[in-house]
Amino acid sequence: MPARRQTGYRSGGGGIGVYILLCVVAGLFIFPLIWMFSVSIKPPDELRHPNIIPENPQLIAYQQVLRSESFDFALYARNTLIIAALSLVGMVMASAIAAYGFARIDFRGRNLMFGICLATMMIPFPVIMVPQYIIFQKLGWVGTFLPLWVPAWFGAAFNIFLLRQFFMGIPKDLEESAMLDGCSRWGCFWLIILPLSKPALAVVALFHCLAVWNDLVGPLIYLSHQEQFTLALGLQFLQSKSGDTPWNQLMAAATLIILPVVILFLFAQRTFIRGISTTGLKG
Amino acid sequence: MKQARSSWISGMLWTAPWWLGFLLFLAFPMGLSLYISFCDYPLLESPVFIGGENYSNLMHDAKFHAVVRNTLIYAAIAIPLGTIIAVLLAVLLNQKARGQAIFRACIFLPTIVPLVAVGVMWMWMLSPEAGLVNQVIRPVGHVVQPVTNAIHHASGDSETTAPLAELGRDLADGPGWLSQPRWAMLALVIISMWLLGSPVVIYLAGLQEIPETLYEAAELDGASRWQRFRHVTLPGLSPVILFNVIVGIIGTWQIFALPYVMWRTGSGPNDSTYFYTMYLFDNAFRYLKMGYASAMAWIQLLIIVGLTGVVFLVSRRTVHYRGA
Repeated sequence: MPARRQTGYRSGGGGIGVYILLCVVAGLFIFPLIWMFSVSIKPPDELRHPNIIPENPQLIAYQQVLRSESFDFALYARNTLIIAALSLVGMVMASAIAAYGFARIDFRGRNLMFGICLATMMIPFPVIMVPQYIIFQKLGWVGTFLPLWVPAWFGAAFNIFLLRQFFMGIPKDLEESAMLDGCSRWGCFWLIILPLSKPALAVVALFHCLAVWNDLVGPLIYLSHQEQFTLALGLQFLQSKSGDTPWNQLMAAATLIILPVVILFLFAQRTFIRGISTTGLKG
Repeated sequence: MKQARSSWISGMLWTAPWWLGFLLFLAFPMGLSLYISFCDYPLLESPVFIGGENYSNLMHDAKFHAVVRNTLIYAAIAIPLGTIIAVLLAVLLNQKARGQAIFRACIFLPTIVPLVAVGVMWMWMLSPEAGLVNQVIRPVGHVVQPVTNAIHHASGDSETTAPLAELGRDLADGPGWLSQPRWAMLALVIISMWLLGSPVVIYLAGLQEIPETLYEAAELDGASRWQRFRHVTLPGLSPVILFNVIVGIIGTWQIFALPYVMWRTGSGPNDSTYFYTMYLFDNAFRYLKMGYASAMAWIQLLIIVGLTGVVFLVSRRTVHYRGA
């Protein structure tokens, strides 16, 4: 007998009601983004009209904000991408290597170390923000990109946890027979585990890029010159002197920053959802 | 014996990225921070040990009290409200409906928008004159205001109904979301509801883990829709709710970017949206009081660990682990 319904609710009753409710709720969530875009293509004299579709849409706000000296989109985007790329390689590699150690090698003290690793996930960034700054300041790293990507080369507790869970789900037989054929541990990791773990690695990579793209506190603390700004910091800077920045330009700048994320989301929706769901379950 | 040793070496080598990072970027900084929290340390000079003075000063610091109060008020509103709304949204998104994937995407999309952009966008949504939110509220306020005024007059303009009349006036004028203390806090709560996507996705995954057979059994026993929700869905979701509440608690003590962007200096009208991490940040990077900020950081850690412990203890009675 086929399943009649899913999770406890009759599919028959309230079909239309549910549908309308879904449309309203989804509309509420998506509407601010649509409105932001709408404002960004309005000419200045139309800004105060509540109409969603501008009578006279134009891209002038984009031209103005891109040409203005206080928001160098191309430069900020380049800086953000440099930081993302430098940290991404390290984050994925270091997390995967450590996760493999925790998943596959049985050694004394492993469980204790893994327990500590899990516990560190609870430590909020603000707690280590100050001492980390002092250390990087002593090293002369303040005002460079170094504090923003070097720590990534040591992995992150959550990513190690996520990858370890994934590695544990891969049968050991493959590695055991490869090792009988003379393959080293490193060879197993590189040739068997990593290729089989692409979905999990994609989750780590995606969320890391997103975190770099969105991060405000890190750049705010460590970067002081405008030519080093990331996009998030650049938009904050543009907004903080908004006395003279018109709203349509601010919205245009915000749209430019959001657009790549939205495009990424449309292409990698499954990876996003998988990543978020793993966060809450399997724990 | 020899093998145990070689596997220990190999284990330590593989996990080296983690423990090196742990020592360099966590254990050492935290130790340093604990020491500095007992020092007067204006960054450019060397730290001077002053014992527990930072901690005792914090206890008498009105700003510190204000940020703790704001953070607690925010958590007390946003976490329960967010949990209820997120669970309801998840149940709604779990219904069989054509195009459900699109609806789910709409709810989730806001959470990946950079917080700086979220702040800029909502400042415009909430702006007093042209903001869309007030354009919706003002007509409602014009209907509500006469009623609240009438009640206020009927009670002889007493003090108890004064806030009601004020509310009516605020609604009719359009609330000053960015300039009036109580509305500013509410503005942040509203935005946090807009950003509920990740908990919703986690609840959704949790809902799909609840075995179909439980619902079928409940239905055979004649359980109503509400009873099935109350006695099957909620217990099934309870571990996930616990997880999200803990994440939420940790999150509120870290609120920074959104109020920082929306209220430039960050503290908001009458410091009403000045949160714990923002004051910590200001102490460290605006006033260069590294010792004071470090003391705040350690108190923050203790609060988070303590609150998480309390939630765990309370949940021992209410959280239902299947198969455990």
